[in-house]
Amino acid sequence: MNYTYFPGCSLEKNAACYDASTRAVAAQLGMQLTEVEDWNCCGATEYVSLNLTAAYSLIARNLAQASKNTSTHELVAPCSACYLNLRKCDKVLGQDPKFAGRVVQALAAGGLSYKPGTLHIRHLLDVLYQDVGLEALAAKVTKPLRGLRVAPYYGCMIVRPEFHDGGEDPEAPTSLDEILKALGADVVDYPLKAACCGGHMTQISEATGFDMIHRLVKSAADLNADLIATLCPMCQLNLDGFQGAMNRHFGSHFHMPVLYFTQLIGLAMGMSMREMGIGEEIVDARAALSRIGSEMAAEAAEPKRPRKDDKALPMPAPLKRA
Amino acid sequence: MTEEIRIGVYICHCGSNIAGTVDVEEVARWAGHLTNVISSRDYKFMCSSLGQEMIEKDIKEKGVNRVVVASCTPHLHELTYRNALARAGLNPYFFEMANIREQVSWVTTDRVEATKKAEALVAAAVSRVAWHEALEPLFVPIDPNVLIVGGGVAGIQAALEIADAGNHVYMVEREPSIGGHMAQLDKTFPTLDCSACILTPKMFNVGNHKNVTLMTWSEVEKVDGYIGNFTVTIRKRARYVDTGLCTGCGVCEEKCPKKVVDDVFEAGVGHRKVVYRPFPQAVPNYPVIDRPNCTFFQKGTCKACEKFCPTGAIKFDQQDEVLTVKVGNIILATGWDLFDARRIPQYGYGRIRNVFSSMEFERLSNAAGPTGGKIVMRDGVSVPKSVGIIHCVGSRDKHYNNYCSAICCMQSLKFAHLVHEKTGAQVHNFYIDIRTPAKAYDEFYQRVLDEGTIFIRGKVAEISDSPRTAEEEGKIIVQVDDSLAGRQRRIPLDMVVLSAGLEPRHDAKEVAIKFGISCSADRWFMEKHPKLDPVATMTDGVFVAGVCVGPKDIPASVAQGSAAAARVLSIIGQKEIQIDAATAIVNEESCVGCKECIPSCPYQAIEFLEDKRKAYVREALCKGCGTCVGTCLSKSISLRHFTDDQLVAEMIGAMTAMKMFEQAQTEVA
Amino acid sequence: MEHNHASSFMDEVSSSAPGGEALRTCIQCGTCGGSCPSGPDMQHTPRQIFALIRAGERDVVLKSNTPWYCVSCYYCTVRCPKEIPVTEIMYTLKRMAVRDKAFDDSKAPDFSKVFIRWVEEFGRSFELGLMGVHMIRHNPFGAFKIMDMAVGMVTKGRMAFTPTRIKGLDGLKRILAKAKELEAQA
Repeated sequence: MNYTYFPGCSLEKNAACYDASTRAVAAQLGMQLTEVEDWNCCGATEYVSLNLTAAYSLIARNLAQASKNTSTHELVAPCSACYLNLRKCDKVLGQDPKFAGRVVQALAAGGLSYKPGTLHIRHLLDVLYQDVGLEALAAKVTKPLRGLRVAPYYGCMIVRPEFHDGGEDPEAPTSLDEILKALGADVVDYPLKAACCGGHMTQISEATGFDMIHRLVKSAADLNADLIATLCPMCQLNLDGFQGAMNRHFGSHFHMPVLYFTQLIGLAMGMSMREMGIGEEIVDARAALSRIGSEMAAEAAEPKRPRKDDKALPMPAPLKRA
Repeated sequence: MTEEIRIGVYICHCGSNIAGTVDVEEVARWAGHLTNVISSRDYKFMCSSLGQEMIEKDIKEKGVNRVVVASCTPHLHELTYRNALARAGLNPYFFEMANIREQVSWVTTDRVEATKKAEALVAAAVSRVAWHEALEPLFVPIDPNVLIVGGGVAGIQAALEIADAGNHVYMVEREPSIGGHMAQLDKTFPTLDCSACILTPKMFNVGNHKNVTLMTWSEVEKVDGYIGNFTVTIRKRARYVDTGLCTGCGVCEEKCPKKVVDDVFEAGVGHRKVVYRPFPQAVPNYPVIDRPNCTFFQKGTCKACEKFCPTGAIKFDQQDEVLTVKVGNIILATGWDLFDARRIPQYGYGRIRNVFSSMEFERLSNAAGPTGGKIVMRDGVSVPKSVGIIHCVGSRDKHYNNYCSAICCMQSLKFAHLVHEKTGAQVHNFYIDIRTPAKAYDEFYQRVLDEGTIFIRGKVAEISDSPRTAEEEGKIIVQVDDSLAGRQRRIPLDMVVLSAGLEPRHDAKEVAIKFGISCSADRWFMEKHPKLDPVATMTDGVFVAGVCVGPKDIPASVAQGSAAAARVLSIIGQKEIQIDAATAIVNEESCVGCKECIPSCPYQAIEFLEDKRKAYVREALCKGCGTCVGTCLSKSISLRHFTDDQLVAEMIGAMTAMKMFEQAQTEVA
Repeated sequence: MEHNHASSFMDEVSSSAPGGEALRTCIQCGTCGGSCPSGPDMQHTPRQIFALIRAGERDVVLKSNTPWYCVSCYYCTVRCPKEIPVTEIMYTLKRMAVRDKAFDDSKAPDFSKVFIRWVEEFGRSFELGLMGVHMIRHNPFGAFKIMDMAVGMVTKGRMAFTPTRIKGLDGLKRILAKAKELEAQA
């Protein structure tokens, strides 16, 4: 399993623990990650708001750099925004030859080129779920996360407009749920699993941004989750970094730790908290993690089951995915 | 060709449909100079009686013996003009039509180009018609028996009309009882008649009619033959009940110890026994044993039903029965499936307890349903204080079904009324557009408005169980852009009902193939003409009625049932039917007996004459598609009215005209 | 005249967004506005923006805060029953507003501009620089509200004090200069 790896700006510093845990877990699972040589920022959602050709040329430079690694066509990004930008750019360049022509000209000015469709661009979650697989993952678990109630949080940009090459529902994805279950965690049926964290909204309109963070944290707390598992540095920054400011804004007292799913995988595989960068989060996760292994906690936290009552009407069974 | 060819050409204006784009006078003038043309005219409406008389007059007075009409599609008027030829004493096949409306005026904006193209098509037809041969149509007798597939209200209506007229009907129904979806409903809009009350007498009449053979728990396996002479193979699945002995007393059902969720008749919101009739007024009144769920079939013990049956009618060793019937006509009234609202995860159906589907609601509201007609929440006890009804679920949406399901507006208004009447709850209806275009429908809308239902215009974005505020705690929250108020709103409610759309049956495509008809892109059965022939199909002798053709309500389904019956009765009344003479014919001299043509025929019209070792086309079955002609390696099959000579002549005609235009262009330049 | 004026604005918007032609098929159902997580704080719901585009209300549309409140969550895009790429149209409206200098409240456009300025200068984004410049300009007292976070980020080593500079910066600058030149001609 050989991949070109695009860490992205966040993983350099504010999400360094995501980068560290990804590399550590990947090594354990037999994945070889080769970092894209001299990559640049993907432009997030900001550049496309200002200049379309420049925004796509900025992203295309990364595709050009990544395609220099000819040993594989698989490009993996752990950041949802980077993933979406890289993937969208590759797709748009393939679909709109006129626009692609402009981007090709811009790249040429920097002595680079990229042929759309060369790379298969994927998110880390997709790679762990499909290439590594649940069985191989479960086989590596030495310290199951039993007793830990985790709210699986996907956010937006990984599942929408499409994810898993269209194989996951954009409203109700399940791959992270399944991975966390394979780690032994008690996975919460989190209704806001694919809702938005607000992106840069705290910097545009505080009230709007805090409200979006509040919804997510409140829902996880309502469902007695011990922590939220995320796979996007923007989501982590909003839910973790701004949780205190959000609490002050609402007069609330939530304490909901937010960890990267790779950190939880690493812990379950027996790696240390230190290796996984636990402690770098603003909302301390240690108390929540201490519940691992306590079966009692898990049972106590179970939501009340509906009373068995003869009069209750049957519910439709969950839809089986084709 | 010994006789002199004398061609008459007639260019139709079709009002301004053709004349608005094509210079029809110029086409007529130009065509007058073509080889063998002795008369060329244009007229406002060639299909009118005056237009037809013009042709007949030329035949009689000017000795025209070949006719070309340039007008609309042969689909519409080929028969009209062939009849005109016949009236004037000319073989109707000495006729050719050039389509200068659908293929020219409606799709071309440039008048000069349109006129040239019309001229080329006329030249092609003129060149072709010279090669036409006199053909004699074929007549086949009509078997007066009729097969009706599907025992919902459309099929029931058709069956009674045909049986009352004295013809025998075989009705095949997949479920254990006839009645279809209508039997599940509570009240029917806009009059609020009880659905069962108006349907069960009709069901009873079908079950007891001397001219109806009812086969429920059965499916059609195979259809052979053609209009007037179909042979149909039907599988009667084992009921494990001897219907000759069963009295329908219901003791077996009472004694059966196993209950399962009834996903069909009770829409998943109620239970039934493993030996069951879907409902007490079922027709026929015999139960069936649900084999996959039966304890005896699974574990080899139980047999409670057998023990208690007073007439010894339970037969665990019963086998499926396969039988064949002969019929002259077939009506498909196979109905629809409900859109599965679980496909829209953001609506929470199947996850949020008090989100219900429309069919679940019908069963809740139905006095014969699992709650005895009480509208209650999933706990089976609590009465909702606020209810939201969502229109257009799965309809008018490219992700699911792009069409309007036609019944959901009225159904949702009916739900609003029933909730008001039975619970006094506050009702919100969420709609995109309210569509009430039939007799007394809009008045019903006004009544529901008057009752205090709150209407919010906006397609519901999501239905959430994740509260943001104290007011939302414990509620189902409907999030919507209230497009008339101009803002996003979240409305906390106790219960939500999803007005799910109508979908073609999951196996509609396979059924269509079985009966030799086609489906539209969205899988509804295709009618022959959506306006002028709505219950016929492109396959003669196979008719369609009800929702299997497209979404419609009960009155429209009943009307189509009657319409299909009328079409069938008219064919039966003719006793024999004319078949188009444009069929394939095998030249026995050159046929090498390779049999390649036999599997190529989509209509199973070719058989092999073992004695002669030659292929033979049964004309009555042949639809003149020409597939065999292309398949035949020794070029021994030709298609009457589409011979190589005729097709080549047609092409030469068109290409000669094109060449003339090119030359004219060069000269101008 | 009014008709032509209105349809030309529609043409401009729908042709500038990838897949934007679908905008003509909008039935004003409100799926976009109902789905939008920041919709309650927008001056117009996306649905209203589309109605205003049809009406040719260029000024109202380009001055609206709506596109700047878009959080790029793509709920509207995946739910729209007519498959209109709503998120892409929001990006398009932002670009048009920036180009026309139509938007009065410069807070959101400035955030994007400051973010991109670091990227154009160094090749990578620079959070501390971005937050610092943005807050001083638009929310000088906001810094106190998130002081604990800022302290936490710094003490936990999550905030870099200097931006990272990529090696191929000259090449990147040439690429972006060319891209901007081509965008201006398009």
